[in-house]
Amino acid sequence: MRVKVISRSADDFTRERSNDLQRVSRNYDPNLRTQEKAVEYVRALNAAKLDKVFARPFIGAMDGHIDAISCMAKNPSHLKGVFSGSMDGDIRLWDIASRKTICQYPGHQGAVRGLTVSTDGGVLVSCGTDCTVRLWRVPLSSGIDSSDSSEKLIASYVWKNAFWGVDHQWEGSLFATAGAQVDIWDHNRSQPVNSFEWGNDTVISVRFNPGEPNILATSGSDRSITIYDLRTSSPARKLIMRTKTNSIAWNPMEPMNFTAANENCNCYSFDARKLEEAKCVHKDHVSAVMDIDYSPTGREFVTGSYDRTVRIFQYNGGHSREIYHTKRMQRVFCVKFSGDASYVISGSDDTNLRLWKAKASEQLGVILPRERRKHEYMEAVKNRYKHLPEVKRILRHRHLPKPIYKAGLLRRTMADAEKRKEDRRRAHSAPGSMPRKSVRKNRIIQEIE
Amino acid sequence: MEIQDFSDDIDVKVKKYQRGESADLEGLKDKKLKGQLANREELYKKSANAAAKAEKWLMQTESGLLEPEGIEKTWRFSQQSIAQEVDVASRKNQFDIILPDLGPYTIDYTSSGRYMLTAGRKGHLAIMDMHTLKPVKDFQVRETVRDAVFLHNELFFAAAQKKYTYIYNRAGTELHCLKEHGAVLKLQFLKNHFLLSSINKSSHLRFQDITTGQMVGNYRTALGRSDVLQLNPYNSVITSGHSGGTVCMWKPTTSTPLIKILCHHGPVTAISFHPNGHLMATAGMDKKIKIWDLRTYKTLQTLPGNAKTLSFSQKGLLAASTGSFTQILQTSDSSNYNRYMIHTMAKGYQINRIQFRPYEDVLGIGHSMGFSSILVPGSGEPNFDSWVANPFETVKERREKEVRVLLDKLPPESVMLDPTKVGNMREAKRKEKKTKAEVEEEKAAAVAAAKSVAVKKKTKGRSKPSKVARKKQEGIENAKRGFVEENEGRDKKKQKRITEVNELPIALQPFVSKKGK
Repeated sequence: MRVKVISRSADDFTRERSNDLQRVSRNYDPNLRTQEKAVEYVRALNAAKLDKVFARPFIGAMDGHIDAISCMAKNPSHLKGVFSGSMDGDIRLWDIASRKTICQYPGHQGAVRGLTVSTDGGVLVSCGTDCTVRLWRVPLSSGIDSSDSSEKLIASYVWKNAFWGVDHQWEGSLFATAGAQVDIWDHNRSQPVNSFEWGNDTVISVRFNPGEPNILATSGSDRSITIYDLRTSSPARKLIMRTKTNSIAWNPMEPMNFTAANENCNCYSFDARKLEEAKCVHKDHVSAVMDIDYSPTGREFVTGSYDRTVRIFQYNGGHSREIYHTKRMQRVFCVKFSGDASYVISGSDDTNLRLWKAKASEQLGVILPRERRKHEYMEAVKNRYKHLPEVKRILRHRHLPKPIYKAGLLRRTMADAEKRKEDRRRAHSAPGSMPRKSVRKNRIIQEIE
Repeated sequence: MEIQDFSDDIDVKVKKYQRGESADLEGLKDKKLKGQLANREELYKKSANAAAKAEKWLMQTESGLLEPEGIEKTWRFSQQSIAQEVDVASRKNQFDIILPDLGPYTIDYTSSGRYMLTAGRKGHLAIMDMHTLKPVKDFQVRETVRDAVFLHNELFFAAAQKKYTYIYNRAGTELHCLKEHGAVLKLQFLKNHFLLSSINKSSHLRFQDITTGQMVGNYRTALGRSDVLQLNPYNSVITSGHSGGTVCMWKPTTSTPLIKILCHHGPVTAISFHPNGHLMATAGMDKKIKIWDLRTYKTLQTLPGNAKTLSFSQKGLLAASTGSFTQILQTSDSSNYNRYMIHTMAKGYQINRIQFRPYEDVLGIGHSMGFSSILVPGSGEPNFDSWVANPFETVKERREKEVRVLLDKLPPESVMLDPTKVGNMREAKRKEKKTKAEVEEEKAAAVAAAKSVAVKKKTKGRSKPSKVARKKQEGIENAKRGFVEENEGRDKKKQKRITEVNELPIALQPFVSKKGK
């Protein structure tokens, strides 16, 4: 006969010395783990609840300006530095890590309306309602710079009209200003090297394409979005919508797509090659969207609105993933995603810049590998059970300030009423005389080439 | 040739870890979803492969076995002959502890198999460490103890005593007195849900959450006094056996049993479940031991013999005991259970409870004269998982595990017959309208059935051929009527409404509500 029984010696399963790691043996047999799906579901539910518990997105406010913040710019070659310009003509460079002003750039006589930094991170371009474009030297070290303004100012160019916005080419030495027309400038020329004009209305914002350095998109007060190509002498395409577009942001990962922040509370994502229809309509804000900025990953973007909130959308999501608000934050005029996609900065009417986490419940600081694996596991189970009612309810819930909640309700009521009215009119008119128009199309009036 | 064998071996193992068939994505129209699901299936396949490989190459301990040579039979081997062949450490697992005064004894093991709890009927409670074979604590409560179970770890246990159930800690300190349970006959602990379930003398089944103290369920079985209560470890469904021969399966949140099966003619004496959840063994006073398939609720095998107590091992061996005799049954290729080993205690010892020790080739026996343990090669799972149940757990690991298990505590609603249903879609109940052909078919079937009814031979005069023929015709008419009336009734209603509308003056007709009354 042959007999063998299970025999374990304790030495094989316990550690030899007290400072060794405990020995772990694994057996993945499903029979040992009973009801594993129910356990996973409970873990997903707990993960969703913990997400809510740890959702503390607000990191801090940066105060220093004495008037509303009108524009911001991030430094492409320096992660920590952010520039902000205010309505009283003050420009500041902030250190995000310490949340302090590093240096100031005095000089503008009126409101600063546009800020941008050259690709090498050496030159800051500002423009404002005092009809000047100023080029500033950006300090290289992060220490506090005490040199006076005359040293920092490289050049100051006076032009014919007030400016509304400025943007620098991603690769190259040109920058474009928006005002009565679109002007293309070179760093070393005191006058624009080129000017574009299409219609008589003011151009509000301008943004260069990240992939193709010669293409730029502008939005105008005639409710238009125009795309220019610097290589041709005339503008390429124009799109007229029913309401004004306040700002435009190109998707850095899919550079043919851009998203427009519209006055009618929505954002519209377009394919620049196919403007007759929006790719996606991002709804949720209850007042005009003032500014928009894409995350460097291209998967989401942040918007700031006149309704005093900041929202984060998926690039293809119809509704926002996140809403940020505080009691003291006023109308948001400018927002920026940080260069590492983990922070969001907003500038508002209450003279403060605010720093937020891009993921509300993310743990800051150094994360140990075990912690990271745990977070990844929690994320995975949450993702697996996100469709179950209880998990879904917890994950979707966001506290809203009462005015915004009420305004949202009102907007929904209005939309419903309008839809009902249209349905009735359609029912009482000749068949085919009132064709249905999709939401992605019906805000667009015409496309001109 | 060998390579082929190797891959087959892996395939069998992979199947175990795949947890069912992969999803059928053929009919899916949504391309994006289809892509996502296909990726997911690929991931599942990869992880199952990795787990199978880990099982093949990384398992430390080998499974036990008992193989006869030549004309030897496995059930002829006595414990003494087995003891001569095995190593010294395993030989220590064979013991008889004679405590003649306070028996009969019941036994219970922790989920890791490290500790054993024994409870003598006359009030002796003891916890033993099975590695050192020393008692951790033993004390007497000077009261009848009917049953005792460990709670989630060896620190706490519950004992069903004469009047109430008590919870003690390892040091023997009484922590709680559970008066609501009454005079409990049998206790079971649901370790995923932290529920203590009990059945008492008045056949009330109770579920109490031991973390919060909340009484989750209190149900009257109304089937008479019973002390047969067993937990199905696969889905945490509690099963009770009754004197009428019925076996009921209960979940903590419903007052009626999920399943009620008539298993035996006569009282049920013992129930046990296979760890994979598909098999149930029941024993009755009708001298039968039955193996049931829990997916179809049908008997797979009926064995002759009495059993006071039954126990399935982790590897699927079934032990049955009656009097002082224990037999262990084995199945090969999941067909019938055959005799594997037998063991007879000293004459006059009445076995009260048997239980396989987890992760060891050991069967514990509680009997009227103390408790014993014998070696059953091939009964236990050789490889434990440190994160599930670790026999070599340190204090720190035990504390961490307690926290982890409490965080994963399942709600009582998650006890269900098929635990893989969590998070699945409920299948749509579509009430399809029968087609005309189907209705015709049914009608024909009903008429045929009415025709084939045999007429009983009645008393004189009543079975006249004319009367028989008339009766048959009546039956056929009746069968037809069911189908006719249904259709005509509907038509009539509709017609009535239309005529009502038409009777009104033309001006008023548009204002008649279209839905009717």
